[in-house]
Amino acid sequence: MRKIFAVLVICLLSACASDNAQQTSDIEDHSYSSREGEGTRGGAGSDGFGMNPLQDPSNILSHRSVYFDFDSYAVKSEYRDLVLAHAAYLRDNTNAQVLLQGNTDERGSREYNLALGQRRANSVKDILLLSGARDQQVEAVSLGEEKPRALGDDESSWAENRRTDILYQGEY
Amino acid sequence: MSSFWLALQHVMVIRMRNFLYCTGVLLLLWMSTSLQAALNIEIFGGGTNKIPIAIAPFNGERGLPQSISAIVSADLERTGLFKLVDPLGLTSQEFEQIRYIDWQGRGASALVVGSILPLPDGRIDVRFRLLDVVKQTQLTGFSGAVTTEQLRAFAHRIADIVYETLTGEPGAFSTRIAFVRKQGSQYALQVSDYDGFNARSLIEYTEPIISPAWSPDGSRIAYTSFEKKKPVVYVQTLATRERKAVANFKGSNSAPAWSPDGSKLAVVLTLHGGSQIYLINADGSGLQRISQSPGIDTEPSFSPDGKWLMFTSDRGGSPQIYRMPVSGGAAERMTFEGDYNVSPHYSPDGKRFVYIHRNAGRFNVAIQDLSTRQMQLLTDSNFDESPSLSPNNRMILYTTEIGGRGILSIVSSDGQARSRLSLEAGNIREAVWGPLLKQR
Repeated sequence: MRKIFAVLVICLLSACASDNAQQTSDIEDHSYSSREGEGTRGGAGSDGFGMNPLQDPSNILSHRSVYFDFDSYAVKSEYRDLVLAHAAYLRDNTNAQVLLQGNTDERGSREYNLALGQRRANSVKDILLLSGARDQQVEAVSLGEEKPRALGDDESSWAENRRTDILYQGEY
Repeated sequence: MSSFWLALQHVMVIRMRNFLYCTGVLLLLWMSTSLQAALNIEIFGGGTNKIPIAIAPFNGERGLPQSISAIVSADLERTGLFKLVDPLGLTSQEFEQIRYIDWQGRGASALVVGSILPLPDGRIDVRFRLLDVVKQTQLTGFSGAVTTEQLRAFAHRIADIVYETLTGEPGAFSTRIAFVRKQGSQYALQVSDYDGFNARSLIEYTEPIISPAWSPDGSRIAYTSFEKKKPVVYVQTLATRERKAVANFKGSNSAPAWSPDGSKLAVVLTLHGGSQIYLINADGSGLQRISQSPGIDTEPSFSPDGKWLMFTSDRGGSPQIYRMPVSGGAAERMTFEGDYNVSPHYSPDGKRFVYIHRNAGRFNVAIQDLSTRQMQLLTDSNFDESPSLSPNNRMILYTTEIGGRGILSIVSSDGQARSRLSLEAGNIREAVWGPLLKQR
């Protein structure tokens, strides 16, 4: 049942794909649509036509972090395009693999934060799977509060640490 | 004229002597309180229920690297059951013939005196006597020959004997604890005396280690390590340092808890999506799912009879503590105050559990009695974590954050005595009290 639904979603998405590309290229960069074509042609590595889209700063795929509100694991609408772009990449590059690492701020029990970080990783995984990635391509884990990116004791540091990172194989 | 000067000099001498005497007494009082401050023990509540005990400085202990009377005093004071009576200048000088009246005058009802003699083979003979000051009799006495390295352990043994004789409970001063020390980018899982001394690393790595758990016989420690860039549960044997990854399933593996017979571990896996509690054999075989909820179930803790699991769950909308039968069945909610109650640990006698309760942004240690369901807050600091009880149920080990550093701390289970243990640098977290071992 889930597979049929996924297939339907993929069909819908690919039917709308060209429209989506137009919309995002309007917002981001006029060179975006041509680069997107390059990226999805080859495999995970650079094919000599330019930068690896996963590392290209002008490509949405180089953005790897989804941020969350306090005590929440819901992916906010402002990050949906980012996650869908990675789902499309995984769909088109069936050998590509990602590790999703969920993180929390430092407040509270370490083990509970490990579980909360897992929920944040799972939320991103759910969208990836619904949007074209296969289960074997995605592993979701948690780092809890253990590997903070920001070390301060204030809300801006805490906000920076409430996130899920998307890492491709070879990067971890 | 000369007689006037003589009289004046006489008065001056007396005044000077009185002044020196007062200064001397004040100096002694100040020194004893500053020794207290150095040990960082705070006492709350009145002294009415406590046993007033005097620990006289042991003869010959001044030259030693450790003060036996200071170690015994700190041990007893941390339990919250004793009121330490200041010797005010008295020592163990009259080891055989006790002047009970002097000690009664200071308000003591129990007295410890001791004597230390260097032996020709380089060891030290240590002997002590525990006396009932009111009845003017000896309650117990003990002696032994130890090396200087064994002095602390012997002092803890004396405290155990004094504690057991006066309370009827087994002492926990010779037990060990485990904790994680972070220094720079290095994480070390360490084992030490219950008071933080003699810490030794079991394993060190540049990735985090969390949730250590002692096996019931004290021979192994399970813990969660991030060295593989994801949380994996290991079991390591202390004597051999050999270790095995017992839970490394897809997703996150963490929060190990030993069954009381040491044959199984409860662990938290995200193998099937969210964090749920599973049972595995201590060698990693035989996976069995225990909890069933769409949310987070974590931090399992076995009851001492092995029949129940206390755990943290957000199935009700916020993290609270629940209890369920290990054999399966409905979970019962245990905490109802506030919107954040986590990190439950059963008491070794199964009658209570400790946990962390969040209140107005502060995280504090709380204890709940399982028969009355009454809850008591035991600390009022800002960020307290990882509480666990001593094997005699009398003291609670936890970490508290001061100036951005985690500090090892103990609070007595009645909340009467609070002490900070970590005296060195480093950031301590994830502390856990070890079991009572058979007497050596």
